[in-house]
Amino acid sequence: MYNEKVMDVFKNPKNVGEIENPDGIGTVGNEKCGDIMQITLRIKDDVITDAKFKTFGCAAAIATSSTATEMIKGMTVEDALKVTNKKVIETLGGLPAQKIHCSVLAEEAIKKAIEDYRAKQKA
Amino acid sequence: MIKKPIYFDHAATTPLCAEALEKMAPYFTEMAGNANSQHIFGRQAMAAVDNARDTIAGIINCKPNELYFTSGGTESDNWALRGAAHALKYKGKHLIISPIEHAAMIATAKALEKEGFEIEFMKVDEEGFVDLDHLKSIVRKDTVFVGCMLANNEVGTVEPVKEIAKIAHEAGALCFTDAVQAAGVLDIDVKDLGVDMMSMSSHKIYGPKGVGALYIKNGVSIESIITGGHQERMRRGGTTNVPGVVGFAEAFRIAAEEREKNAKYVSSLRDRFIDRVIKEVPYVKLNGPADGAKRLPANADFSFKFIEGESILFSLDLAGIAVSSGSACSSGSLEPSHVLLALGVPEGLAHGSIRFSFGKHNTMEEVDYAVEVIKQAVDRLRNMSPLFKAESEVKNV
Repeated sequence: MYNEKVMDVFKNPKNVGEIENPDGIGTVGNEKCGDIMQITLRIKDDVITDAKFKTFGCAAAIATSSTATEMIKGMTVEDALKVTNKKVIETLGGLPAQKIHCSVLAEEAIKKAIEDYRAKQKA
Repeated sequence: MIKKPIYFDHAATTPLCAEALEKMAPYFTEMAGNANSQHIFGRQAMAAVDNARDTIAGIINCKPNELYFTSGGTESDNWALRGAAHALKYKGKHLIISPIEHAAMIATAKALEKEGFEIEFMKVDEEGFVDLDHLKSIVRKDTVFVGCMLANNEVGTVEPVKEIAKIAHEAGALCFTDAVQAAGVLDIDVKDLGVDMMSMSSHKIYGPKGVGALYIKNGVSIESIITGGHQERMRRGGTTNVPGVVGFAEAFRIAAEEREKNAKYVSSLRDRFIDRVIKEVPYVKLNGPADGAKRLPANADFSFKFIEGESILFSLDLAGIAVSSGSACSSGSLEPSHVLLALGVPEGLAHGSIRFSFGKHNTMEEVDYAVEVIKQAVDRLRNMSPLFKAESEVKNV
């Protein structure tokens, strides 16, 4: 059902963990639906210098978390907001149809973490 | 040395036993006749089908003419429920089933509901046992069908079907049981159980896939759902799967012969597995009956807190262990297992459930290896889970 790339990422995900005192944090999903994704960001001068994730979810949710955090590292927050679930899926070489919603979570978590960063900036 | 991958998913299906394969082989080739043909090839095939029917009827204690071959458990369930509902609608449209039935029953019940039938569910307790007092309170004059599985496929609960049948009959309703997981595993006597109909499947007991049977007590009239030729006493059309039924009967014969030995062996694997997981993996919940005698000998079902079942499944798969999960992600739906939810398991825990079902070819070494793999996999996934840190500070699940 999953391609090799997805299984490889699931087996050895990158950026697992939590950044202490993050500049931005985004948590989406809920336990009831079986998917929770938390992304924490270190941001310097609007550039994402580090991203980590913690995910409660299926192999696809874990693989997309890893891939999405990997993609946004080094990006400006402006560019990171343009990272869509479609791009995450492409990077993974595709996901089974019923797993597309897992990749949406990654996009949403990034957006939420950046919103959090911007709110903190304003404060 | 353990040979991998290890198969712990016998409730999903089992490998065909060599004896059944051997008996089936000639019916694919030199004796490939249609059992309804009148020539020698047909007569040979019909003799094999009759023989198979006699064998299975003898094991479950029914008459051979009360046993109808089908394409498997799903068809048998569909036939029993839909066939009875349609045949008896002049009498009443109230149908009662347990909430932990197989999808073959639940989906059929939902379809019947759209046709205007009223479906009511029995209550089950947290181990999955049907509440008989509740059942007594919901049967009515217009109840025509009461259906409950003999043993649950997911959590292994063995239901009090004999008592359920009594309640159904006192109310004037038919009683059906889905014995797909139980036939060939438990000692089944349809007369003793008192049911009017019973589903069975071949591939759960080392027989071929695509074959099953429905026991219909003589005198019980249900509508056909597969109409066609004169097969199965004109009640189920379609060319008989001759090699299939031959293999089914041989597998059933062996299962019955080895029943006590296998149950003892497989439950020893299960008991060690359950003991070790409970002792060595923190934050787990055993789903289904705590008393091993009231659960299928091969079944162990656990919820692993803070993590999701499909990711556990694939972690074990990567380590060479094949299991099933009750998580939504495994089923392709958004809801976790309806069985676990009916038992009152919270959704988060239901998403983190894994079913282990052992078989006669599994070994204690495989069980021990699995426990070690589970410990590592669960640890790894919990370290990735945002729920783990927050809750691990609170002791006890």
